[in-house]
Amino acid sequence: MSNLQTTEQPKEATPAPNSQMVEKAKALGMTEDEYKRVTSILNREPSPTELAMYSVEWSEHCGYPRSRALLKTLPKEGHFASVTGADTGGIEIEPGLFVVFKMESHNHPSQVEPKQGAATGIGGIIRDIFTVGARPLACLDSLRFGPLEEARARYLFNGVVEGISFYGNCMGIPTVAGEVGFNPSYRGNCLVGAMCVGVVHRDQLASSAASGVGNLVMYFGNATGRDGIGGCSILASREITDAASRPTVQIGDPFAEKCLLEACLEALQTGAIVSLKDMGAAGLTCTTCEQAAEGGVGMDIDLAQVPLRESDMEPFEIMMSESQERMLGVIKAGREAEVAAIFRRWGLHVAVLGQVTGDGILRVRQNGQVVAEMTASSLVDSPLYDLPFEEPAYLRDKHSFDFSQIPLPANYTDILLRLLQSPNIASKAWVYQQYDHLVQINTVVRPGAGDAAVLRIRESASNKGIAVKADCNSRYCYLDPFVGAQIAIAECARNLVCVGAEPGGVTDCLCFGNPEKPDRFWQFKRAIEGIVVACKHFHLPVVSGNVSFYNETPESVIHPSPLIGMVGVLDNVEQSVGLAFRTPGDVVLLVGQCLDELGGSEYLATLHGLEVGHPPELNLERELNAQKFTLAAIRGGLAKSAHDVSDGGLGVALAECCIEGGIGAKIELPDTAEAAINIRLDAVLFGESQSRIVLTAAPENLPRLQELARAAGVPLSYLGNVGGDRLTIADNRAGVLQPLLDAPVVELASVYHNAIPALMNS
Amino acid sequence: MHFGIIVFPGSNCDRDCAHVVRNVMGHSCALVWHEERDLSAFDAVILPGGFAHGDYLRTGAIAQFSPVMDSVSQFAGFGKPVLGICNGFQILCEAGLLPGALRRNPGQHFICRSTHLRVEDNRNRFLQLNTVGDVLTMPIRHGEGSYYVDDATLLAMEANGQILLRYCDAQGNVTAATNANGSVGSIAGVMNEDSTIFGLMPHPEAATEIILGSTDGLYIFRSMVQLFAPTLARTSDTTLLGLSEDRLD
Repeated sequence: MSNLQTTEQPKEATPAPNSQMVEKAKALGMTEDEYKRVTSILNREPSPTELAMYSVEWSEHCGYPRSRALLKTLPKEGHFASVTGADTGGIEIEPGLFVVFKMESHNHPSQVEPKQGAATGIGGIIRDIFTVGARPLACLDSLRFGPLEEARARYLFNGVVEGISFYGNCMGIPTVAGEVGFNPSYRGNCLVGAMCVGVVHRDQLASSAASGVGNLVMYFGNATGRDGIGGCSILASREITDAASRPTVQIGDPFAEKCLLEACLEALQTGAIVSLKDMGAAGLTCTTCEQAAEGGVGMDIDLAQVPLRESDMEPFEIMMSESQERMLGVIKAGREAEVAAIFRRWGLHVAVLGQVTGDGILRVRQNGQVVAEMTASSLVDSPLYDLPFEEPAYLRDKHSFDFSQIPLPANYTDILLRLLQSPNIASKAWVYQQYDHLVQINTVVRPGAGDAAVLRIRESASNKGIAVKADCNSRYCYLDPFVGAQIAIAECARNLVCVGAEPGGVTDCLCFGNPEKPDRFWQFKRAIEGIVVACKHFHLPVVSGNVSFYNETPESVIHPSPLIGMVGVLDNVEQSVGLAFRTPGDVVLLVGQCLDELGGSEYLATLHGLEVGHPPELNLERELNAQKFTLAAIRGGLAKSAHDVSDGGLGVALAECCIEGGIGAKIELPDTAEAAINIRLDAVLFGESQSRIVLTAAPENLPRLQELARAAGVPLSYLGNVGGDRLTIADNRAGVLQPLLDAPVVELASVYHNAIPALMNS
Repeated sequence: MHFGIIVFPGSNCDRDCAHVVRNVMGHSCALVWHEERDLSAFDAVILPGGFAHGDYLRTGAIAQFSPVMDSVSQFAGFGKPVLGICNGFQILCEAGLLPGALRRNPGQHFICRSTHLRVEDNRNRFLQLNTVGDVLTMPIRHGEGSYYVDDATLLAMEANGQILLRYCDAQGNVTAATNANGSVGSIAGVMNEDSTIFGLMPHPEAATEIILGSTDGLYIFRSMVQLFAPTLARTSDTTLLGLSEDRLD
């Protein structure tokens, strides 16, 4: 154990690096330059504890050294007032009432141990929400796996869903929405983006900045063990090259977290808590230095006070441990007993570790002896890298693909059935039925019933609700990360609009490959640029997020996956709509226009095994107009259902509306002049042109909707009517009716609902 | 009417039940920590859903020893109604206050979805506003909800009118296909012999408002706040739902 006496260290010269220590630094995931930077900050060799602390705090997972510069370009302003903080951010949905939300990945741990990896991902994101004093309202998940036909993907998928179910259900927080995708690029790296949404009054927002010299640094929650040591620097900030990473995965205890949640919210009510931060990645290191640095103060703590699971833990292990369900707070001096009593009643550990100091130094002791001593700010100010980037070589080939070599299908009904069975499109009921999506009794639009979930906000004084959704088509991002990221924002917003909500704010969970490879970093850079352009156009702030790099193995690299989570606001929660066709005789309308494009479509991938071309064209102006028109139609009570046209195109969208409604429709394509006659039929039915929405309305409202659309400059086509028990689609573009597709709704429903259960039971 | 809602560490439907009692029904309630013993202030007690003590070891296995459970037993002994929902039902079974046990769902998965329930008996404090054969819609949300009871006990329970709800289809047919979780006899809810304690796996508190898709859960809550009046039993006059509780209480 080190015995540091900083006053005895020479201040002027930086000693030559000790090669043994350099090796140690490398083993902790640091570079030699970073090690030198530490010695120059300290003016001496670091102690093992200090080295460990810098290694975790400067890792990509905590300090964002490789991504920070670009992340700063994300817009923070929007229609709604927003707040952004270290742990999370949010929007003000009515005066004084904030909805806070954040999405964070737990990819690497989930790839190593899917159930615990996913469970602790949920636990971490929930703590980020209640750390600021918000009561968590809902969770969402954005998941990616390899092809579900492969046993390994099924194992991971099953384990991840089980982990989310195990943790989220026990917490009493409904998991209400999300998305699941399957693609060979995720074979070696599954993605688990976990999002949590909470609600808090302005005057209850808790700070994460320590203050008040002499105030107490207190530890709450589970005891500290050896689990997850270096999880952020070693596991999450490198490529996984071998399977010996198991010990760095943390183990989740949702019961402890539920007690911690209730105790924290109760303790925050006392007004005795100055600041609070959850111990996630980098555990005690992160919570001490970040709270101290944010408040411009120091901290002096003694590790002998930390509740331990194993008594022989070394100081560096205690400082690095990522044991779950722990919080660190600063408590007003003299009020520690009052706060401690609350946590003890909930059966949790409480310990006073030390106090706030005025010198900006983080001083860590073990039984009084100093084992680490540095300025808190030196830990927080991680190095900043300017990484090289270049366009990936694969794009030229992908973009020059000649679509005329794709033959037109002989039977469109067969194609529709094939697409409905694709795990990317098929019903996700197998997933969301394992999640308690109803607890807290606020779920107004349930998973599967609409394009986004709708929750009422009981804290609202004006009957407001929110809609939540997570989205990202990573195939589009693979073919063009700039356009793909814009589409992720646009589609997420469109989904919120389709349930009657105005998009309000964004959280992004940016999952990419190794940024030290220039083509991967180019993908990251272009995706950020796309998010910036789209968010500015829609006037949406990015309130929170995280970055996950190194999602690659020697065999495969993930498609660029800027997972987008979004929250929208319903002025009147009773005005929400679902996607189901409802009443026989209702008119079926299409907002927007089909273009002659098949690039990046699920149709090409499923039927032809191709991921080629450009992603669909996105015109932000047209998109915003289509959204504004649709929102006005829903708020005006004119639209009875709305569903966004996305994966699988118009054919799949219509089928989904029929399946959810248990009713058929008779469609003729399309009757408007805009519809160019020479668009390929497979592109008309299964192409994924953007900015399109299927609406239904009572026939008497058709003229008003058409008038509204004309005024808004939005193309609106009359497609047909709801009714019967079959979906039939005929081509009427040339004025000669030609049947294209005809299937009983029960058959569509059967393949749609059975696809994933059949694979999972195989 | 004043409801006591028991809060075990890990309960997570306590606030939902309080919302229904206060804001939907207009009655009063208090949350009661599991270490308390005095329930004398209450007219009815609810054991809410959740994961008491994390459901570690076995659902309800630890919670049954909470100090409040002796008081719950006494409370029912005085003839006052006790409603156990989901985890509350599991705890009541573990505590021996209701017959049977709840096992892991077949398939080992947690199930969250809407179910139909057939009213099997209305000669009790909990379903007196319904007619036998009524179909109620409420969600289930559990991993361990497969009801088990031995044959002899089952026969006695059926003879005593202790089986109150069974999983069924929208038309009220009880078949193997409508059995949501492999429960013996498709049983979703049971009552004790004294007709004072009712436990069910579905969540009536999640079905009390139109905006949530069903108000059928209100039958149970409204029934509990009325005196048990056998003359009212076997009617399905929904106007009863609007009756002033004061008149009967």
